[in-house]
Amino acid sequence: MPEVTYLEALRQGLWEEMERDERVFILGEDVGLYGGAFKVTEGFTKRFGEQRVIDTPISEAAIVGAAAGAAHMGMRPVAEMQFIDFISCAYDMLTNYVATARYRAGLATPIVVRGPCGGYVRGGPFHSQNPEAAFLHTPGLKIVYPATARDAKGLIKASIRDDDPVLYLEHKWLYRRIKEQLPEGEDIVTPIGEARLAREGKDLSIVTYGATLWKSLEAAERLEQENGVAAEVLDLRTLLPMDDAAIMRTVKKTNKVLIVHEDTRTGGVAGEIAARINEQAFEWLDAPIMRVTAHDVPLPYAPTLEDFVLPQTEDIVKAARWLAAY
Amino acid sequence: MASRTVPTTQPPAIPAGLAREQLLEIYRYLRLTRTLEERLTALYRQSKVIGGLFRSLGQEGEAVGAAYALERGRNRDVLSPLTRNLGAMLVMGAQPIEILRQYMAKAGGPTQGRDMNIHFNDLELGYLGQISHLGDMIPVMAGITLTFRMRGEPRVGLVYIGDGGMSAGAFHEGINFAAVQRCPLVVIGEYNHWAYSTPPRKQFAVEHLADRVKGYGVAAVTVDGNDVLAVYEATQHAVARARAGQGVHFIEVKTYRRKGHAEHDDQHYVAADELDRWAKENDPIDRFVKQLRQHDWADERDLTDIDAGVRAEIDQATDACVNEPLPPPESALPGVYASPAAAARLWFRSL
Repeated sequence: MPEVTYLEALRQGLWEEMERDERVFILGEDVGLYGGAFKVTEGFTKRFGEQRVIDTPISEAAIVGAAAGAAHMGMRPVAEMQFIDFISCAYDMLTNYVATARYRAGLATPIVVRGPCGGYVRGGPFHSQNPEAAFLHTPGLKIVYPATARDAKGLIKASIRDDDPVLYLEHKWLYRRIKEQLPEGEDIVTPIGEARLAREGKDLSIVTYGATLWKSLEAAERLEQENGVAAEVLDLRTLLPMDDAAIMRTVKKTNKVLIVHEDTRTGGVAGEIAARINEQAFEWLDAPIMRVTAHDVPLPYAPTLEDFVLPQTEDIVKAARWLAAY
Repeated sequence: MASRTVPTTQPPAIPAGLAREQLLEIYRYLRLTRTLEERLTALYRQSKVIGGLFRSLGQEGEAVGAAYALERGRNRDVLSPLTRNLGAMLVMGAQPIEILRQYMAKAGGPTQGRDMNIHFNDLELGYLGQISHLGDMIPVMAGITLTFRMRGEPRVGLVYIGDGGMSAGAFHEGINFAAVQRCPLVVIGEYNHWAYSTPPRKQFAVEHLADRVKGYGVAAVTVDGNDVLAVYEATQHAVARARAGQGVHFIEVKTYRRKGHAEHDDQHYVAADELDRWAKENDPIDRFVKQLRQHDWADERDLTDIDAGVRAEIDQATDACVNEPLPPPESALPGVYASPAAAARLWFRSL
């Protein structure tokens, strides 16, 4: 089996869906001949032509709005945000127009909006963001955030085939950093709405997604070796709709929960998860629900600053030790 | 002029290749729009219209004239109206009873009480209601017409935008994108002199809306928006060119909003004589009727018959729906997602 990177897996998923379904097309900035800022769509124009790989002006609202219009007419557009930070320019279009379309007007709007997220890459305040919390609050959208190469492929395919609008958040720190053997010729589709148990354990649960899955796995390894603590790690994969059942299963198994995400804390996804655990599994808890997140500041550029602001493996280890000892 | 000296009993030729029956049809849509809105005003005053009421008084001509230039029928041209384009929606086939139900938030209305005024759609018939965020429909219609182009379908889109809405960023992103992609899109820019209470001089620093879009490489003209046939003719020309692959066209229609932003708005910011002047001298329906009579394109009887028919239709529609129930509370819940699995994960208070 060939070993493929997270980025190559995403690329394969997009490619296969475009081969499978002629209604699928891509639009975004520099996605055509240039192949996208991170080369996700490299070679696509040559294979599929300019009609199906559309270079757009720097106009995120127009990209998302046009994708919505095309989707109403039966197409399956995949809109790229060159960096996910720029999705805020399309916030109105996504939250007011796209997310409400089915509910208020019975309009089908099967679009995928995808783009590179996240820090640990010295990208500074405007090329490092994690926008999920801003959209978690919007009924009508789905949000997926793959952490593995297999899910990068499986979730882009599922997102394109989904009849609802999906935000597909991909982590640029993972693009070329992680590799996985993926069988050729297998139609890999990761169901939207299902978390994955990334590591089994009995002493406490780490609930996470995106790049911090890898930090959490690293922390779990250290906890095992250094402290004999067996941490279970749950990779959410989909944030909206959230897999409450999987979260409650691990809570009821270990009775202690640490929620880890790269995004800032206040109003973040971890708060929502904690509230759900309180409502659905309070009696099963043996300790307060803890969070490891970024500090509540915009993400700075300098390595010393970025490393300090973003959650690191060491932060997870410390919090988990405290929790294990509680 | 030479033609005046030619003795003839024939009325002058009808412009833009229209037939006499079509003129009467246009008249009927104009009358239907105004009479339906008058009925809605009465229902508003009886508190039967639940939310705001947005009148198009004085603008019916451009709404109807532009829409009438499209190809209508199943899966033909598509237009996206603003709240003041009720007439355009009627031309595309929306029924008065649907409008009445929607304004009164009836369970049987086109959105089952979920959205208001003319925010609804029938994409097969070819209309896509707006959302309240002005400018958003321009990118959406760019995407719809991009699809026509990609599929090689000879279909055209038409979208309205107001003198206020043209200040919104989405308008500029959308029309530029559509221009670059040579989408078969016609944009009607309504210069109706008021964006809520804001006059054009506080909205933009040029004289004509058409001047604002020429920079996008879009063919742009300005027409008298209260001359129904002029609007029709300009739109017909633009639609034909768009259909022939010549890209985006913009038509500025100069008109006047004679009512407030909505019924609650007393228009204290408008000079009283200005409203009177537009009502007396420049009403689009009066002007059209005058043309019909002057050129003998219609008999008096034709017009009174249409008026009576429209009144009867609206009476009947009102009677049929005014006492219908509002939607049951629990009907607020379904339909957020297409997929049942996702819908099942939404949180609802215990019922």
